[in-house]
Amino acid sequence: MHRFFLRPLICAALMAGLSLSAHATSPAGQLEGYSAQTGTPAQPARGQLLFTSKHGKEWSCASCHTASPTVDGKHASTGKVISPLAPAFNPQSFTDPAKTEKWFRRNCNDVMGRVCTTSEKADVLAWLLTLKR
Amino acid sequence: MNRKLVFALVTCIFFPALADSKGPVVPLLPKYQQECAACHLAYPAGMLPAASWRHMMGSLDKHFGTDASLDEASVREISTWLNANAGTYKRVKEAPPQDRITQSAWFIRKHRALDAPVWQLASVKSAANCAACHTQAAQGQFNESGLQFPAGLEARYRRFWAD
Repeated sequence: MHRFFLRPLICAALMAGLSLSAHATSPAGQLEGYSAQTGTPAQPARGQLLFTSKHGKEWSCASCHTASPTVDGKHASTGKVISPLAPAFNPQSFTDPAKTEKWFRRNCNDVMGRVCTTSEKADVLAWLLTLKR
Repeated sequence: MNRKLVFALVTCIFFPALADSKGPVVPLLPKYQQECAACHLAYPAGMLPAASWRHMMGSLDKHFGTDASLDEASVREISTWLNANAGTYKRVKEAPPQDRITQSAWFIRKHRALDAPVWQLASVKSAANCAACHTQAAQGQFNESGLQFPAGLEARYRRFWAD
């Protein structure tokens, strides 16, 4: 009796988990994830402003990624080439949620001296998704 | 046989893992390549002593002016590999100031013929950009056959090139 009820529940939970993780491996899926957390739609224009402005420190996001991240960027201190950040120009971009979170954590700290809010991440990603070929 | 050649031969025989020797190159840990070489050259582990790597891996959130923090599992994996492959030869074993390879006595000696304007060339940018001259640096090869003249370098430096 007990097992009879439990099985569909486990199946449903597994399927939800699977679809969620498949979802998060696409840039649009990651944006949806952020927007679901904030409960408000992301604003691409606000994301662009955040990306291209300095925030009291030496670098902006654009210092390394360029103000139009559809082309290769260059690490501001090491000069190492950075692949385009806009997903339409780089199939690897925003396909691994852990990687996305790692770079937001580090780079927001370098640029703003703090972590970015979920809404800021959503805005930036929404802007990057507007950049098309 | 001249003295330099004898020295090179002795170095190769007794210190095969030394970064600037012509001996075998330590294969890079994939995680090291993935995480560290995302921002800069995969500097050979043998170029710093274990103490420098340990200090660096414990302060990744303040890594030469940037936040390079990593998850704990990755820090552990990379640290173990660095510790196992760190430099032990006497020229490397002393920890350089600020954990900078470029502040090591052997590095300074090797590059003594180059002055400040060389490091500031747009094609070089900083002494940390090994690949500006050492074309096979990413493969851990720093021998003289792989050297290239960086763009904009004055001809007067050419005579020091194979030193």
